[in-house]
Amino acid sequence: MSELMKNPMTVSRRGFLVTTSTLGAGLALGMTTRPTAASASPLDEVNAWVHIASDETVTIRIARSEMGQGTLTGLAQLVAEELDCDWNQVTYEFPTPGQNVARERVWGDFSTGGSRGLRGSHQYVREGGAAAKLMLVQAAADAWNVPASECTAAESVISHSASGRTTTYGKVAEAAASVPVPTQVTLRDPADWRVAGKPVKRLDTADKLTGKLVYGADISLPGMLCASIMDSPVMGGKLVSFDESAIRKMPGVKGAVAVVTSQGTNGVAVVADTWWQAHSALKQLPIEWDRGPNANFDDAAVTALLEDGLDADDAYVGNWGGDVQAAFGASATQVEATYKVPSQNHAPMEPMNATALFTKDRCEVWCPTQNGEAALAAASEASGLPLTQCEVYKTILGGGFGRRGAGDYVHQVVEIAKVFPGTPIKLQWSREEDQKHGFFHPTTMAKMHGSLDAEGNLTGLHMRISGQSILAGLMPHALVEGADYLQFQGVIKEGLNPSMDDHSICYDIPNILVDHAMRNPPIRPGFWRGVNVNQNTIYLECFLDEMAHAAGRDALEFRLALMKNHPKSAAVLKAAAEQGGWGSNDGKARGLAFLHSFGSYVAACAEVSVDGDGKLSMDRIVAATDCGTAVNPQQIEAQVQGSFVYGLSGALYSECTLANGEFQEDNFHTYPSMKIAAMPKVEVIVMPSGGFFGGVGEPTIGVAAPAVLNAIFAATGKRIRQLPLKDQSLRA
Amino acid sequence: MKTLNVNGQPVEVDAQDSTPLLWVLREHLGLTGTKYGCGIAQCGSCTVHLDGVAVRSCVMPLAAVSETTKVTTIEGLSEDGSHPVQQAWAELDVPQCGYCQPGMIMAVSGMLNASPDADDAQIDSQITNICRCGTFQRVREGVHLAKEVAKKSKGETA
Repeated sequence: MSELMKNPMTVSRRGFLVTTSTLGAGLALGMTTRPTAASASPLDEVNAWVHIASDETVTIRIARSEMGQGTLTGLAQLVAEELDCDWNQVTYEFPTPGQNVARERVWGDFSTGGSRGLRGSHQYVREGGAAAKLMLVQAAADAWNVPASECTAAESVISHSASGRTTTYGKVAEAAASVPVPTQVTLRDPADWRVAGKPVKRLDTADKLTGKLVYGADISLPGMLCASIMDSPVMGGKLVSFDESAIRKMPGVKGAVAVVTSQGTNGVAVVADTWWQAHSALKQLPIEWDRGPNANFDDAAVTALLEDGLDADDAYVGNWGGDVQAAFGASATQVEATYKVPSQNHAPMEPMNATALFTKDRCEVWCPTQNGEAALAAASEASGLPLTQCEVYKTILGGGFGRRGAGDYVHQVVEIAKVFPGTPIKLQWSREEDQKHGFFHPTTMAKMHGSLDAEGNLTGLHMRISGQSILAGLMPHALVEGADYLQFQGVIKEGLNPSMDDHSICYDIPNILVDHAMRNPPIRPGFWRGVNVNQNTIYLECFLDEMAHAAGRDALEFRLALMKNHPKSAAVLKAAAEQGGWGSNDGKARGLAFLHSFGSYVAACAEVSVDGDGKLSMDRIVAATDCGTAVNPQQIEAQVQGSFVYGLSGALYSECTLANGEFQEDNFHTYPSMKIAAMPKVEVIVMPSGGFFGGVGEPTIGVAAPAVLNAIFAATGKRIRQLPLKDQSLRA
Repeated sequence: MKTLNVNGQPVEVDAQDSTPLLWVLREHLGLTGTKYGCGIAQCGSCTVHLDGVAVRSCVMPLAAVSETTKVTTIEGLSEDGSHPVQQAWAELDVPQCGYCQPGMIMAVSGMLNASPDADDAQIDSQITNICRCGTFQRVREGVHLAKEVAKKSKGETA
């Protein structure tokens, strides 16, 4: 616990309120990963976002989770921009979900997903920084007995030019805390930004280079025991019995515990002095399972289920316009193709883990989570204690990608900790457990049917999606009369469903129908970086490539002709194509893809070569992003580059297959991930057009696979319509 | 009880001979910079140096590490984060989530111990660590920058 300073619970000046609605939205309590001035005295802050110590250290509070995507630094830049502090003095801390509850959710939403970290909070964090600045200036003006309007502030120094006096933020911070909170602030135009918008270094790098950063897996508390868990190998199966006597005398073993949770866990954990002892004993533990109703479900059954939906009558419509059947009837050429995307696991480098300390009147959890408030709610539900008697301390995540929005592992650790009251329990999943009990990227198929007129114009498109719905599996309350509109991410027209306008299709196709026949196999679905744009963009962008080819038209020109009313879309596509060498006569094979999602416009031009043995080499990618406003261009570059590794790992190698109801790919030897040798060089064009904030972590993942698949066609004449690519021959 | 030489210090370890070095480091010695990622030598998050050579500690039983073997972990690579690879990583902001980076840094520094002029082909064949965030492009740039940093500091001390 040496590195972990627990914040004392903050007592709100406005009282204490926890309601069902705040719980439902997700919840949490404060921790920092290192001691700060704010930890010592949480009330001496300037406001909720800013604490300034007498040594001029500026601590900016970050409500969202940091999992590598750089949101921590971007949010700090936005606060610092308006605060006008010295960026070199800036550090950060995570307020806790419980403090947020206690302070009427002063930090807003903690949940970190959907590329919302910046675009969902830029307004209020900037206002927080601006308000803090006004309070600091007012405090100085009060001390000097001059009007605040005569004072200026920059780089943490406040000046009164008329009298030549100066002071610093650190000197007036304490007084500023009692200045009335401004009711109105003016935000700086991004065109005038000095810290935001700049490629500053991340705030969280140093400790990642020395091994000092404490991830959830590294938590150590006095007297702590460690646990390894095995959940039912088949979804829906149940633990029947286990023979603890077989492992009782193994070194360090304290016991075996049945773990049954409201989240579907039905398994057993072994607790020991060390995790290696616990895990070794778990592997020796005789366990009897009732494999349940899905015991015979295999991949052929998944495929049969999905194929059934391709022509079924029970589909609901997500996007429509004109009359596709009439278009098909009047067409000169029709093209049909069927695509398939498998189940995929997130596989963050840090396997799931959480640590809990339970007593009869308190439950504390330390964990890497993308949703601190949901983790607090999970701790409360699993412990049976009210929210006010629970705390969650967030760590930086060793990867999230959507997996760590779930609270399954929090429920598990609390259930185990309840058996050992007063003793901290660290639950660490093995990689094998992580592979078998993910929240998998949904598996779907799509039947694409398009038509061309005699001039080669796209006149009609029917896209039938068949397969798994994330919302049906995770949040059925979000379905609308049984329909999952998130399923239409990237392929739904603007205005048809305003909640989906950040993911609208930007091609004007005169006759279009996109519908979904929901087919849910017994696999737990989840939000996987990019969510439904991954498969939908493969379907749409690869099929548009097929249509352009059938029309005998250039794939760029074919797309641009459909984008006449979408200048931002056309701009990124042209930028990627131009820098990528599209249309040059150099004999290189190229492919294009475009997507509007998470509020941003992105495009990619991929260049590949395939040798005589069919070996693929991805030589170069040019990726263009218009995210409206770029808060940290070098981190955008990193996110875009990384998204190609994640997306292409998925397209090239990743599938999770079922046999006898059990996932077969249980570690990286059977679930490979891209390594440095295979990564294409990714050139990133950041071209913010201003006026909006779009997401960055996810959009470009959508164009990664289709751009490469279209380039593979250009190189080989082969259409890859079923992913992953790994076992399919590219030999000419 | 067994004595190991870790980061230049002799340390006593009370663990079973079959315990992987990874877990000895993490759970017996509190050196949690070395990470668990797969347990089967696939991902490289657990990479440490044995006598300067990068090895994957998750499949290295304690019994296979002699008392005279110099074990170096990320915590012992430099006193203050100033190893050329760490300097290059800081300069280029290589890490994203950072979980794999101690292993990545130990793999790269191990490679450069043996091949101070490692080229792209050597990087491709020797750096086989998995990074799910996809930091590889900056890792590659970082290797080349680390070579420069090392040469410069060598020149300064010469």
